[in-house]
Amino acid sequence: MAAVDETVPLTRKDYSSDQEVRWCPGCGDYSVLAAVQSLMPDLGVRPENIVFVSGIGCSSRFPYYMNTYGVHSIHGRAPAVATGIAVARPDLDVWVITGDGDGLSIGGNHLIHALRRNVNLTILMFNNQIYGLTKGQYSPTSEQGKITKSTPFGSIDYPFNPLSLAIGAEATFVARTHDMDRKHMQETFRRAHAHKGAAFVEIYQNCNVFNDGAFEEILQKDKRDSMLVSLKQGEPIIFGDDLEMGVALNEYGEAHVVRIADVGAESILVHDEHRTDPAIAFSLSRLAERPTTPTPVGVFRDIERPVYEQEVTAQLARAQERSGPGDLRKLIESGNTWEVA
Amino acid sequence: MTPDITTAQPLPLERVVIRFAGDSGDGMQLTGDRFTDVSAAFGNDLATLPNYPAEIRAPAGTIAGVSSFQVHIADFDILTPGDTPNLLVAMNPAALKANIADVPPGAAIIANQDAFEERNLAKAGYATNPLEDGSLDAFRLYPVPMTTITLEACKELGVKPRDAERSKNFFALGLISWMYNRPTDQTVTWIEEKFKGKDLVQAANIAAFKAGFNFGETAELFDHTYEILPAKLKSGRYRNITGNLALSYGMIAASQQSGLPIVCASYPITPASDILHELSRHKNFGVRTVQAEDEIAAISMAIGASFAGNLGLTTTSGPGVDLKSEALGLAVSLELPLVLVDVQRGGPSTGLPTKTEQADLMLAMYGRHGECPLPIIAADSPSDCFDAAFEAVRIAVKYRTPVILLTDGFLANGAEPWRFPDVADLPEIPVEFASEPNHDGAFWPYLRDPETLARPWAVPGTPGLMHRIGGIEKQDGSGNINYDPSNHELMCKLRLEKVMRVQQDIPPVEVDGDVDADLLVVGWGSTRGFIKAAMRNVRASGRKVAHVHIKNMFPFPSDLGDVLRRYPKILVPEMNLGQLSRLLRAEYLVDAQSLTKVQGVPFRSAEIEAKIMEMTN
Ligand code: SF4
Repeated sequence: MAAVDETVPLTRKDYSSDQEVRWCPGCGDYSVLAAVQSLMPDLGVRPENIVFVSGIGCSSRFPYYMNTYGVHSIHGRAPAVATGIAVARPDLDVWVITGDGDGLSIGGNHLIHALRRNVNLTILMFNNQIYGLTKGQYSPTSEQGKITKSTPFGSIDYPFNPLSLAIGAEATFVARTHDMDRKHMQETFRRAHAHKGAAFVEIYQNCNVFNDGAFEEILQKDKRDSMLVSLKQGEPIIFGDDLEMGVALNEYGEAHVVRIADVGAESILVHDEHRTDPAIAFSLSRLAERPTTPTPVGVFRDIERPVYEQEVTAQLARAQERSGPGDLRKLIESGNTWEVA
Repeated sequence: MTPDITTAQPLPLERVVIRFAGDSGDGMQLTGDRFTDVSAAFGNDLATLPNYPAEIRAPAGTIAGVSSFQVHIADFDILTPGDTPNLLVAMNPAALKANIADVPPGAAIIANQDAFEERNLAKAGYATNPLEDGSLDAFRLYPVPMTTITLEACKELGVKPRDAERSKNFFALGLISWMYNRPTDQTVTWIEEKFKGKDLVQAANIAAFKAGFNFGETAELFDHTYEILPAKLKSGRYRNITGNLALSYGMIAASQQSGLPIVCASYPITPASDILHELSRHKNFGVRTVQAEDEIAAISMAIGASFAGNLGLTTTSGPGVDLKSEALGLAVSLELPLVLVDVQRGGPSTGLPTKTEQADLMLAMYGRHGECPLPIIAADSPSDCFDAAFEAVRIAVKYRTPVILLTDGFLANGAEPWRFPDVADLPEIPVEFASEPNHDGAFWPYLRDPETLARPWAVPGTPGLMHRIGGIEKQDGSGNINYDPSNHELMCKLRLEKVMRVQQDIPPVEVDGDVDADLLVVGWGSTRGFIKAAMRNVRASGRKVAHVHIKNMFPFPSDLGDVLRRYPKILVPEMNLGQLSRLLRAEYLVDAQSLTKVQGVPFRSAEIEAKIMEMTN
């Protein structure tokens, strides 16, 4: 086995493969890749103990650019492949890279089941609200009325809200970030990675070729203060150019945007990502119907629940404790046996 | 308690075929199973054929709800569960109606007389009572008031009559146990264990069982009992086993002999679910099972497990294989060991979920896009499922390839005595994980072993061997993404060549029968016993025939073509509309004739015998 000197600190280079990155120039995927590669040395996991698993789509090329183990699987199945890896080897650090088409359309079933099982996966979902690799069809997160090659008269599909879906699927960690802010991405990814169980991160990612500017109304530099609602644990949810805006709950317990001056600072919702009940996190995930009005970013939900593959392993250990290690002879000869001379 | 027969001496029999038939709620599978186990322990050779409806509880008393269990026991080595029953136990009119066509004149019928009342007769479509109208004159008919006697026997126990009535299958079991001189204490112990904690049910079942036994002895309805001596089977130690159980044991054995922990990810599907059930019981062997959210997830998880250095396994039936085909292609492209078990059932679509068929051979061969070859193995008897599973794992690991293992509903649920191997004699399955860079200090995941063409298996956690692989075409050697036309052609040919190299491990074709035969019968899978039984009769009549049974469906044994060409005529009986025959014709340009059957039940050996007779006339 190749000798590894574990005392030498690792750098971004150690986690970057020698493959030429082949996204379109200007694609938001580049900044996500850079954020992940440069975060890696900080996470303290050696490259050989990491596996990146992806499905199909532009973002799913991601594993090729990481100098870790990687599987570029088939369309939509990454959460299932990753579950198999995690169940077989709970010692590994497993990441899933998916997109809005891969994760929410063809692979929706696997995504929700990985979340409810709480498999220890860090799931990064690149949401660009379009099919890029197949050259520009509407996706399950595209807005209604979207004109694309497959919807020349406008899309009539009602879109998914990925975070609402994840919370509905019993996800234990749900967060959102965007490709324009490396620091915010890294902080979010770090939290997601530290979470024990399935961590779901939606990344608003610009596809400058087929859906340029999908998030510009909230992500343009001069708009961020008034449009991005940053969620911070234990702090009142406030935003705005002069921090004059906030989020409060109405009489039905629904989150809505308020002017602090109108309701008083004491009415502003204090963010608590650890609430077991998902109602407020769910409501926050729906604060903006589309990313055109004030939109929360950060960690929505972070709760503890037993981790799937650890439970699998625990059952194995209990079975061994109870019945001792498997004895093949005993197994085969169980039941009535008889001898023929 | 040893049977103390006061009537005439038992009549010796070589063999008997008994069919228990009743409502799906009547416990016929349990009754049949129990009789089988006792007979197995007694030393008879046997084979069974369970047959049950897809509905869990079809309306009581209707033909659609009839469930049956046929068992063939003998004092010699038998090959099939029997063409036709010598004794039919019919628990109600529907059971009689659904099965009578299979019962030859002169055979015995024991009917639960109490169930032949107006409503049940009407439900089964009888205008008059067949037990009384003379329509069964060709048979030896024994009407027995099973329900009445069972209720009577349970009266003292304080069991409610409705509950007591449910024990009537044990009455039938007791009666048949008396008839065929089966020991009773094993069954009593078994009832005690099975119904532990349910004292009343336990007591009622034991009372009913004993009442049945005593009824035989005292009723003077039957003039004698029968005796079927233990069979003179090949010496060794035996147990009774079904195909699904043998397959599960085979997988665990392969895991132990390879040191690879199993991850079995499956979605529930009839008739394969029992493998998942069985494997989930053996966690102390390090077996990890996942009930996946769907068939696609199941194989995807298995692929993930194999990538991570475990043995990925997924078990299903035809509809599941359809769904898994894209992921199977990925496994072929990733060149990872994986076993997919297809317990074939009647198709297309939902088809006949609980009935047997062999119609997935073409699916296994060609059911994927692109040039996508993989080894296919077919088990040919319930106990052979153990060996077939072991072999499937061995090939998957050695050649780093997904393998499809074909069994079917008949093998899965059918039982036979199994001369189980001594664990010490099981071969090792060598596993070699890559541990060092293999190309100028770098690691090339597609640099092949020159002998097997298998690529190195480098598992996560190994420093220095980090690599990324996927479904996109890879460059020969480096494994990097590559769209070069000639490289793609080379990779297609290499993947095929690798699978063909499995031939180096396949022993020469075994021909059973006459070298100078006029006709060669070629079979695969579960038809083996039926063909062998037909051959016995044909050869006894002086005709010259030979039989080859193929286990390696892809690649075929390398000498198969030579063997086929030695015989003027070839007959291929199979439970589909001619799939192996087409493969043989395509591969070897031989005139393979088909004998086909797709009725959800196995061939009768008489059907194969008749066809052989016709072709050798
Ligand atoms: S098509 Fe869009 S998402 Fe895909 S690489 Fe190009 S810019 Fe990025």
